[in-house]
Amino acid sequence: MTTNFATFGNELYTGKRSYNFVASKKIWFLIAAVAVALSILLPVAKGGFNLGIEFRGGSEFTVSNVKTTDAVLGEKAVTDVVEGSIPRVANVAGTTMRIQTDKLTDDETLRIKEGLTTAYGVTDNEVTSTFVGPTWGADVTKQALLGLVIFVVIAAVLMALYFRTWKMSLSALVGMLVTMFVTAGVYALSDFEVTPSAIIGFLTVLSYSLYDTVVVFDKIRENTADIDASTRRTFAEEVNLAVNQTLVRSINTMMVAILPVGAILFIGAGLLGAGTLRDLSLALFVGILIGTAATIFIAAPLYAWLRQGEPLLVKQAERVERRRVEVAAKAAAAPESAPA
Amino acid sequence: MARTGPKNSALRVLVWLGVILAVMTAVLAGGTVAGQASWAPKLALDLEGGTQMILAPKVEGGSDINEDQLNQAVAIIRQRVDGSGVAEAEISTQSGRNVVVSLPGTPSKETRALIQASADMNFRPVLQAGAGAAVPTESLTPDDQLPKPTAEPTNSSDINWVTPEVYKKFETLDCDNPSQDKQERSDPAKPLVTCEPATETSPAIKYILGPVEVKGSNIKSSSFQLQQGAQGAVTNEWAVNIQFDEQGTAKFKEVTERLYQFFVAAGGETGSDPKAQFAIVLDDQVISAPRSLAVITDGRPQITGGFTEESAKALSDQLRFGALPISFDIQSEQQISATLGGEQLKMGLLAGVIGLLLVVVYSLFQYRALGLVTIFSLVVAGALTYLAIAILGWTENYRLSLAGVAGLIVAIGQTADSFIVYFERIRDELREGRGLVSAVENGWKRAKRTVLASKAVNLLAALVLYFVAVGNVRGFAFTLGLTAIADLIVVFMFTHPTLRLLARTKFFGEGHRFSGLDPKRLGAVPLYRGAGRLRTPDEKPSVVRAKNTGAAAEAERRMTIAERRLAEKQEQLAGSSKSTSKEGK
Repeated sequence: MTTNFATFGNELYTGKRSYNFVASKKIWFLIAAVAVALSILLPVAKGGFNLGIEFRGGSEFTVSNVKTTDAVLGEKAVTDVVEGSIPRVANVAGTTMRIQTDKLTDDETLRIKEGLTTAYGVTDNEVTSTFVGPTWGADVTKQALLGLVIFVVIAAVLMALYFRTWKMSLSALVGMLVTMFVTAGVYALSDFEVTPSAIIGFLTVLSYSLYDTVVVFDKIRENTADIDASTRRTFAEEVNLAVNQTLVRSINTMMVAILPVGAILFIGAGLLGAGTLRDLSLALFVGILIGTAATIFIAAPLYAWLRQGEPLLVKQAERVERRRVEVAAKAAAAPESAPA
Repeated sequence: MARTGPKNSALRVLVWLGVILAVMTAVLAGGTVAGQASWAPKLALDLEGGTQMILAPKVEGGSDINEDQLNQAVAIIRQRVDGSGVAEAEISTQSGRNVVVSLPGTPSKETRALIQASADMNFRPVLQAGAGAAVPTESLTPDDQLPKPTAEPTNSSDINWVTPEVYKKFETLDCDNPSQDKQERSDPAKPLVTCEPATETSPAIKYILGPVEVKGSNIKSSSFQLQQGAQGAVTNEWAVNIQFDEQGTAKFKEVTERLYQFFVAAGGETGSDPKAQFAIVLDDQVISAPRSLAVITDGRPQITGGFTEESAKALSDQLRFGALPISFDIQSEQQISATLGGEQLKMGLLAGVIGLLLVVVYSLFQYRALGLVTIFSLVVAGALTYLAIAILGWTENYRLSLAGVAGLIVAIGQTADSFIVYFERIRDELREGRGLVSAVENGWKRAKRTVLASKAVNLLAALVLYFVAVGNVRGFAFTLGLTAIADLIVVFMFTHPTLRLLARTKFFGEGHRFSGLDPKRLGAVPLYRGAGRLRTPDEKPSVVRAKNTGAAAEAERRMTIAERRLAEKQEQLAGSSKSTSKEGK
């Protein structure tokens, strides 16, 4: 297997084996467009994101003079009434339990109150409920968005300076946007609650996506540095070769990044029942997969497409073609004379 | 080997890395011995629990707080808490009336004061100043000699504001032993008699102040810095800068125009007319009363004189966070346990460990012995990060939340990527036919650029989000930046020097088949092929579209090298002519 993978790497490097990421761009763009459209439409059809208590506020129960401070009892009292919710249970000042849940109806509030009374062995008037506001308020969102916009603008400028072309910045940002939309769409479909951890996950994905693109683009920059002097490959082919040459790296990096996240998502949240980590790990798992793919299938082909119309590159492509015709003519004239 | 050879320089870098690790360990050990730091990283609210404070806001004038004000209060408290480190406090509202602040650990006295600090700030001109002690009863001014207003006051500096009642209050006020009773908020339109509490360097002073001229909400920002001297050189004097908004600028210009006249009339620098002073009043107490040494027209006054770095920072913070006309009473303060079930966290971490083992297996599988370099590099990165987190927990109150832990796990992927990029470049160089030693040097030159460029993206994200965002996002940015730096240190100071050394060993240098750098396995084409023939660039195979790749690969394995080259060449020619004819339509 390793041998095969190494051979696979060699062939990708020499160009003997090549996947046509760039030439088949129309298919990838179409798939991406459909995926992005679905990622916008489906959550809207479903009624938006399932925002957690941190964003919308919710109900808070306070149970005083509890006999036991076992948090699981409180969690169960809530999930028995509202299935699938993730209550936040904490012990306050010794014998008081604080249970926070999403917004509840009056009926649910009453039933959970009863449940908590029996679970913690207290009397009716020792359970009180109140409304709590969001911990992730509008001010946090505002500042985070502002930070993101500033980051993206500076990153775009820096990339344009480093790569000496704004077209790479644009392609990288488009790839990042596709990643963000699709990741958010998948998350909305999963119906997991959106928590601050999930938002942190999205931010991680965002930086991972740009990071991954820069690594691949740097190889493209290297390969296309002397494109003017070369008649071996057209610009698009050179970009495609770079993507192929870094394919082994892309796969390896993705695997190394995704193995721990996948373990947390599937083994941790799925089998062991660690519900608190599943939101974060889902966002990361989907984001890393999509981010890696978006670099290969969207960002790189888009960059080739943006540049191939440039007069210099059109001329270069013509030279490549002329040379190929010459070589083909030579080969046809003397097919047997290849040196041994 | 020469003394300055690559082997020695590689060793030197490794020694430096050892020094960095040793220094960090020593710092942490010192802190632990001194009882201020601990070997374990500090944990955030969700993992460790902390203190929950319920704050009841008090609004100027005693009216009920509205939703806007409450949200503003939450934002300001968040700013204050964030300003004291990266502790990721949780701040929310309760019942639409109270603010609930949950902090990890036990908040220090300073933190508590900062949160509670009311923030009714304004600027008033000084009418009269005096020593802090109360005037003894026997020497009180007799009633008939009390100053009497002769006319309606025309501006805030007008001495006619001082009525007999005001003056009596001023004389009896004792600033050396201030009463702890909370008093009603003062009326901004009336004069105020109040104290400037004693500090370490100056005794208490009492003042009669005119009505409010500029409100704290007119302050746009505030900072502190070392004062610039006449030649633009930095002096040793600390200064606090204020920037007013448009309205504040206009008002402050008017005030300083008036105050500057008093300053000049009293004889400039040597004069001592209190009316040249304006008082910065916070919660009805004077925090500073500088003289107006010039007319400030641009809304950017600078306060100087006798500041230490701490007192300058304190005043600047008070000015910056002071624009909230609400103060808070702590209604209750209670211990609160972790909000995440300990059992669940353990399960999550167990899953993370399983994931890490999978990474180890995958690395060994992909890179053979080279995988060990990856694993050791990750271990070094882990050690660096751990030490950094423990030290920052001590100095910056950095606390690890669940999201932070997950961020660290993801960082493994990005850290490993630096090595993967590097290894793949080395392999590329080997494929070009270089020897391992030069492949490592050349591969590094190319990989270095890529690694630096891509890590710059992460560092940029970390920096921007750290300075702009608040709350959880700020904590995330901190973790992201931390891991990116640890990653750079490791790849430059551990992975690369290690590979340089390994490239000179027999096992790697001769390309043992388990080394992960076996040229044969990598299909290397030697630059020199014997019989006096060198490979020309044209011979490098280019893009080929084989119709039956499976069969072709199988057949190819059965060919000798010479046969394979021949076949490749023919295929290449055929392939390119085919593609030309296709595209040449």
